[in-house]
Amino acid sequence: MKQIIIIGYGPAGISAAIYLKRAGIDPFVIGKDHGSFSMGHEIVDNYYGFPEPILGKQLILNGLEQAKHMDIKLADESVIGLSEDVSGFIVKTEQHNYHAKAVLLATGKRRLSLTKPGFKKLLGKGISLCATCDGFFYRKKKLALIGDGKYMLQELSHLERVTDDITIFTNGQPLTVDVKQPVVTDPIKSFIGSPKLKAIHTTNGSFDIDGAFVAIGTPSALEFAQTLGIIMDKQNIVVDQDYQTNVPGLFAAGDIIGGKLQIAKAVYDGMMVAESIYEYLKK
Amino acid sequence: MVIDLTSENFDKTIKESDKLVLVDFWAEWCSPCLRYTPVLQALDEEVAGEAVIAKLEVDSASDIADRYEILSIPTTIIFKHGEILDTFVGIKSKDELKKRLGL
Repeated sequence: MKQIIIIGYGPAGISAAIYLKRAGIDPFVIGKDHGSFSMGHEIVDNYYGFPEPILGKQLILNGLEQAKHMDIKLADESVIGLSEDVSGFIVKTEQHNYHAKAVLLATGKRRLSLTKPGFKKLLGKGISLCATCDGFFYRKKKLALIGDGKYMLQELSHLERVTDDITIFTNGQPLTVDVKQPVVTDPIKSFIGSPKLKAIHTTNGSFDIDGAFVAIGTPSALEFAQTLGIIMDKQNIVVDQDYQTNVPGLFAAGDIIGGKLQIAKAVYDGMMVAESIYEYLKK
Repeated sequence: MVIDLTSENFDKTIKESDKLVLVDFWAEWCSPCLRYTPVLQALDEEVAGEAVIAKLEVDSASDIADRYEILSIPTTIIFKHGEILDTFVGIKSKDELKKRLGL
């Protein structure tokens, strides 16, 4: 059982880890990509203390280096699930299950996983981001599950309980896991139907379906929020003055709670949330 | 008190109230839906007399859930004289719900 798991190792997550470590708590930080700096060439030229513009990605790498020097434990793993248990939370990565008393979501903000025509309009009208929330509406129906890896496999295990008729759509990506269901690898072109989803068009044909579940790559904070029942306002997670969500012990900081999408603000969030987590764990 | 709606009292409740009626479509098997309950209870205490706060379990009243094409829960619909005024999926804060009720 860990005290605190921080999901995301950008400026909010690492700042929280640094302040917690200094307060005598051993944080465990899990991260994988570089958030909004993932493309590798985004330049930061407005952050204090850097006379020359610096690559956003380099700043993240520097932060990780700093954390390592402070003996903060880091895991380079993708988180595919977050759930509650009696003593706190279970954080599931592609490799391990970790238990913690408290969790900090500092994943940054990622755009919605699919920007195909019809996606936004049919979200909640046949397209779902949460198998545990909506699976039962599709008992014995014809389903599409969109994804290519272990996160998809996890959602598949929920959906297999409600129907036998599931087709996997990898949306042009190679499938990295084994499934017994039929697989369509052609890229998705659009989602068709009004008011409800009726079909998926790929570059190579049309597939009639009753529902589509999305589990591409790894889940975003939005997908965690849906599964856990976290209060959202538009695309932001709502937190109280202590950076705590409506789920006790679950904190959030950085871009995902809204406000200025700036490193300076994420660092401030990290410092403040560390204090709240410290108080929470002391209780 | 948050009102428990059924197939029998649903239409009467949403049509005959002269106040806005907020209905949470939920189910036992939907664990995130359960997080919505305390928010709705707190809302109900604050807006008592100004709006009606209710919930409908989609499995036992599937005819109503089908009529409104509920395919994702929790879904919230706000009714005015039986007509849909606002609808959204997911959990909102008490303050946001008050805003949407115009209170």
